[in-house]
Amino acid sequence: MNDKVRNNKAWWLILPMLLLVAFSAIIPLMTVVNYSVQDVFDAQTRYFTGTEWFVQMLNDPALQSALGRQFVFSLTILAIEVPLGIGIALLMPKKGWQASAVLILVTLPLLIPWNVVGSIWQIFTRGDIGLMGWSLRELGYSYNITRSPLDAWITIIIMDVWHWTPLIALLCYSGLRAIPEAYYQAARIDRASRWAIFRYIQLPKLTNVLVIGILLRFMHSFMIYAEPFVLTGGGPGSSTTFLSQALAIMATAQFDVGPSAAFSLIYFLIILLVSWVFYTAIMNMQKDKKERGA
Amino acid sequence: MSLILENVTHVVNGATHIDDITLELAPGSFNVLLGRTLAGKTTLMRLMAGLERPTRGRILMDGHDVTGISVRHRNVSMVYQQFINYPSLTVYENIASPLKLARVDKREIDRRVRETAEMLHIEHLLERYPLELSGGQQQRTAMGRALVKDADVILFDEPLVNLDYKLREEFREELRALFAARNCIAVYATTEPGEALALGGNAAVLHEGRLLQYGRTEDVYHRPRDILSAEMFSEPPINVVRGLVSGSEITFDRSVHFPLNDDLRTLIPGEYQFGVRASHLSLTPQADDDLELQVKVDLAEISGSETFLHVSNDLFHLVVHLAGVHEFEVDQRITVYFPTHKVYAFDRQGTVVHIPSRLAGV
Amino acid sequence: MAEIALKSLAHSYLATPGSPEDYAIREMTHVWQQGGAYALLGPSGCGKSTLLNIISGLLEPSSGEVLFDGQVVNALSPEHRNIAQVFQFPVVYDTMTVYDNLAFPLRNVGTSEDKVHERVLEVADVLELTPQLKRKAKNLSADEKQKVSMGRGLVRDDVSAILFDEPLTVIDPQLKWKLRRKLKEIHQRFNITMVYVTHDQLEASTFADKIAVMYEGQVVQFGTPRELFERPAHTFVGYFIGSPGMNLFDVRARDGEIVAGDTIIPLGRGIYDAVAKASSNNVKLGVRPEFVEVHVAPVEGGIEVTVDDIQDLGTYSILSLHLGDIALKARIDEDSPTPHNNAFIRFPDDRIGLYVDEFRVEIDHE
Repeated sequence: MNDKVRNNKAWWLILPMLLLVAFSAIIPLMTVVNYSVQDVFDAQTRYFTGTEWFVQMLNDPALQSALGRQFVFSLTILAIEVPLGIGIALLMPKKGWQASAVLILVTLPLLIPWNVVGSIWQIFTRGDIGLMGWSLRELGYSYNITRSPLDAWITIIIMDVWHWTPLIALLCYSGLRAIPEAYYQAARIDRASRWAIFRYIQLPKLTNVLVIGILLRFMHSFMIYAEPFVLTGGGPGSSTTFLSQALAIMATAQFDVGPSAAFSLIYFLIILLVSWVFYTAIMNMQKDKKERGA
Repeated sequence: MSLILENVTHVVNGATHIDDITLELAPGSFNVLLGRTLAGKTTLMRLMAGLERPTRGRILMDGHDVTGISVRHRNVSMVYQQFINYPSLTVYENIASPLKLARVDKREIDRRVRETAEMLHIEHLLERYPLELSGGQQQRTAMGRALVKDADVILFDEPLVNLDYKLREEFREELRALFAARNCIAVYATTEPGEALALGGNAAVLHEGRLLQYGRTEDVYHRPRDILSAEMFSEPPINVVRGLVSGSEITFDRSVHFPLNDDLRTLIPGEYQFGVRASHLSLTPQADDDLELQVKVDLAEISGSETFLHVSNDLFHLVVHLAGVHEFEVDQRITVYFPTHKVYAFDRQGTVVHIPSRLAGV
Repeated sequence: MAEIALKSLAHSYLATPGSPEDYAIREMTHVWQQGGAYALLGPSGCGKSTLLNIISGLLEPSSGEVLFDGQVVNALSPEHRNIAQVFQFPVVYDTMTVYDNLAFPLRNVGTSEDKVHERVLEVADVLELTPQLKRKAKNLSADEKQKVSMGRGLVRDDVSAILFDEPLTVIDPQLKWKLRRKLKEIHQRFNITMVYVTHDQLEASTFADKIAVMYEGQVVQFGTPRELFERPAHTFVGYFIGSPGMNLFDVRARDGEIVAGDTIIPLGRGIYDAVAKASSNNVKLGVRPEFVEVHVAPVEGGIEVTVDDIQDLGTYSILSLHLGDIALKARIDEDSPTPHNNAFIRFPDDRIGLYVDEFRVEIDHE
């Protein structure tokens, strides 16, 4: 790096951005931190509680099981969406009008708002008028997402895969397009099999976009709210109540501001922690490769 | 307009990029900065332009200290290796852009743009967009932008690297003619000694951030101050052989002897490094006192009209530059004649102590 | 091992080509013999990359045939042609070691590991890659990577030809000559047909025994570097080879003399007859700057010219001269006297070329 002519005026230029971030992120966050350490009765009456809410939240069985469900859900959809997304990207045409047409078709689900996705699938799976629900019943399977937790789970997972696999596919598609044609030509001349081309040319060049894709999908799915809320309402029982919904119930329905603030913070830290662990793990893997090579 | 650098040093993160350079560029002069990659050519240009501020030292333009003044307040322009133009503007608008920024009168802009375009032979391309042009035409457009605004200093950072060699030949000749008629200081960075010679003017030889030598290009070539300067300013590199002067003869690598000729008689006994240019070695004897060397061919590099012969034996590794095309097999055994009257001598520190009188130039 | 032949080959990127300009490759017949070192030289856009892709099988020609050892291979894909190719930018398998990279083409066809090991070590030794065998290919320097991609072609004993597409573009100038020597060494040792595509006369003439110069979709000359220099078969070859290129100027026959502009050029009878006989108005003489005789004082048969500029290139100079309206270049070496303002030049009969409609016409010097 070259050092430029030094000039401190530049700091003034980022001031508006700092103010904006303060209002949009830092101040609300601080309010939550503030609530999380107090017991609020009404506008005038409040007590300092220290870490009490945090301890209570971490020991709450309902939230513990929601957290467990959340991990199972996020890992399941990643395990399905990542390979599926790569597969779709590999199959997509590379040029011509077909490429544009397929690209539009594939990305269509990404354009639908979350709660609409929930509604679509809610109707789609109804036993009386929904195409899928009706068909399954006609085939003799007693499909009912309001009674069978397994049905509900499978449906939510299929819904998420349908909605978000295109994102992974899109990222991989752009990654694949960036590979110079000479690599494929060389591989053909070396008589490499289709699998070898994938393993030694395509996959290595996809690593970077996949890191971004997996991180995005993890954070996204960890905060899932609207779709299951509309589709199953978290039921049957609490079998599909994920973290954010559990939090929403506590904060809005029961109006437990203190505990839910404490829980929000715990939630936030979990996402931050998992993302960080994941990111450093992958970065270390790449660094290792370099060091071993050097 | 003169440009003076006074003891300029530039350090970035502890690494010295420019090491105590003092250089005075005369008004209207054409100056070539010659050096390998990372010799400091680009950094030196950026310092001249005001894109960087030196860690130590002063920069004077026309006697005024401009060290801390940014590029926007110095009247300089720059042409880069990459063909940098505004892709959404036509060639005309591209060339006009510096004048528009300076709020020059419209009719005046028109006159100067057309004049510049004519000078660069792109007057028929004014309505086209840069991406529709060939590489050479794109670079001409970029040069047009640099030339149109009557800058005090014009900096060229290896502008011909990305063009093929036929275009390079044309450009060099045109630049020579173009700047002969202009009044500004031109500074031109290149890695190729041949290009420096073709452009003429003055040459500054740079190496690892230091200025080795500055002077008229032919003088610097013919009268190198030291062995490093001679090596940097020769392509193929000047051949260097270690030798011992004792009494009346010279011994190369302990085994090849020859008597001191009139030219070299002034050398006091001791160890020296002798330099001989690749083009002075030959395959036929040129003079009575030529030294005969038996060697084998490592490779004959042929460049259309010239041959670069890499040869070696147990003692020497030499490059011979021959005019015309000569074909050799790898490992073929041949005799090379070494002209003892065209030899430079450098002492153990590398300082030149003898320049052959016939080559001393003008 | 193979002889590569092109029979009435032509290619156009248009569906229905009309004029000759529509063709990237104009109809040509050409043979590359087994074991030869060849270069395909030309400026960008001359069709040389198209031709290379046709030979390697990445592109199917619009008409004509590609034959390997007499067999038509038009319909064969690259992997079935037993051809290796080295690209402009090094192609290596990043995640593999150098060893695995070299072993890759052999393992793909199920070669036994013993045989793989033997071949890889042999090729690594020739390419001086043995110390790097365990390193990841990703961390190599550009020249090492280029050697690895070359090595992947050399490990196969069924490879009939290696094609090089400007392989030294990204190599450091100081390392280039070593790699050029390596290429020559490999050619001599492996006895494989090699075709080297480049726009650089130095690369082509150094590597190849014979060079095909391409211009506007056709091969205008196929000859040794020396032939290209001394007897260019086309004005383009004269211009493109050598720095500076050949001097070319229009001439006509008038009253028993050869005339350029208004100046009489004293030349032999043979040349005059050939000029007078020419069937076209496009008649040019060509003489290389190296062969223009320059005198400071008047000489017999010397033509007076003005000296516009002298470029001192160290051990020789290039003079820019004017003969009437005709601009000429001449090369003189440092020991010759340097003219000022004007000079007297002569063209040696045997060094001058006659070009009718841009192609060379051989002259009978009696």
